[in-house]
Amino acid sequence: MCTYSTEKIDVERSSGKGADGWFPLRTATVYYDHPVHAPDDHTVNIDFLAPDRGPGARVAVELSLDSAKALLEALQVTVERAAHH
Amino acid sequence: MGYDAVLAETIGIQGANGDEIEAYSARPLDGSARGGVVVIHHMPGYDRESKETVRRFATEGYNAVCPNLYHREAPGAAPDDAAATARANGGVPDDRLVGDVGGAAAWLRRLPTSNGKVGTIGFCSGGRQAVLTALSLDIQGAVDCYGAFVVGEPPEGFPLRIRPFGDRIGELRAPLLGMFGNDDKHPSPADVDELEKLLQEAGKEYEFHRYDDTGHSFFSVDRPAYRPASAVDGWEKILAFFGAKLGGA
Repeated sequence: MCTYSTEKIDVERSSGKGADGWFPLRTATVYYDHPVHAPDDHTVNIDFLAPDRGPGARVAVELSLDSAKALLEALQVTVERAAHH
Repeated sequence: MGYDAVLAETIGIQGANGDEIEAYSARPLDGSARGGVVVIHHMPGYDRESKETVRRFATEGYNAVCPNLYHREAPGAAPDDAAATARANGGVPDDRLVGDVGGAAAWLRRLPTSNGKVGTIGFCSGGRQAVLTALSLDIQGAVDCYGAFVVGEPPEGFPLRIRPFGDRIGELRAPLLGMFGNDDKHPSPADVDELEKLLQEAGKEYEFHRYDDTGHSFFSVDRPAYRPASAVDGWEKILAFFGAKLGGA
């Protein structure tokens, strides 16, 4: 389905590398919906965006559900570890 | 051999609020009068597959056009970037959608080969939007391919500007053809039952087809959800419906 379910967060002091090189990120959307390229019906998709630089300022990933879960765990571990630095 | 040339091209049309927006059109060149079809693209955007659908309608004998619903947010952008931008902005407002499709219908009617009749068809989010167009536009038929949230409540924490409109089914002005997969969750078979009940109660003309072993997006030839048997039968039903409602092709 077109799930419509979208989480949106503000992103600050962060950067992404797109087709035209590095740029400062402003927002990210996270949603479970049809991928453009990945070979599943639905994937966990993340778009890191900089709307002030136009639609092409985008770093996109389409993750299988298992890969998204693995990423979530890795982020959790990394963020917890960062607290001890 | 019959003459079967088709012209396919990007054009500008006047959409909601008089804005000029991009659209993709395909139409037969044999010069005879025919009906028109507005293709409403799915949420992933005004993409290659949506354009293929437009060309298919032209080869079936219709003047066809698909407005780029994300043109304002992302003029000239790649379809996936445009869809991401539109999603981040909260999606397409319903009133703007109706204006854009209404503009596409008017453009079709101004063609020298128009017979004055226009239908709409939409897939996924476009399915819901096709029903929406049948509430307020002068069209002769609408086809809803598995559109969610015509009825039924959206999930919690819903950030997009999408609301169900089951309470407006009595306003339907055109016959409705609905195509659904029985394994779909949005719309679920219960959602389809609810919509059918509302149509019956309002005395509206409709025709629903529901396919077993079939989920969402079963017409999408480039996705794992494609179900050839359901899609082949579905296309027959769509062409029969438009053939009857749009004066033949």
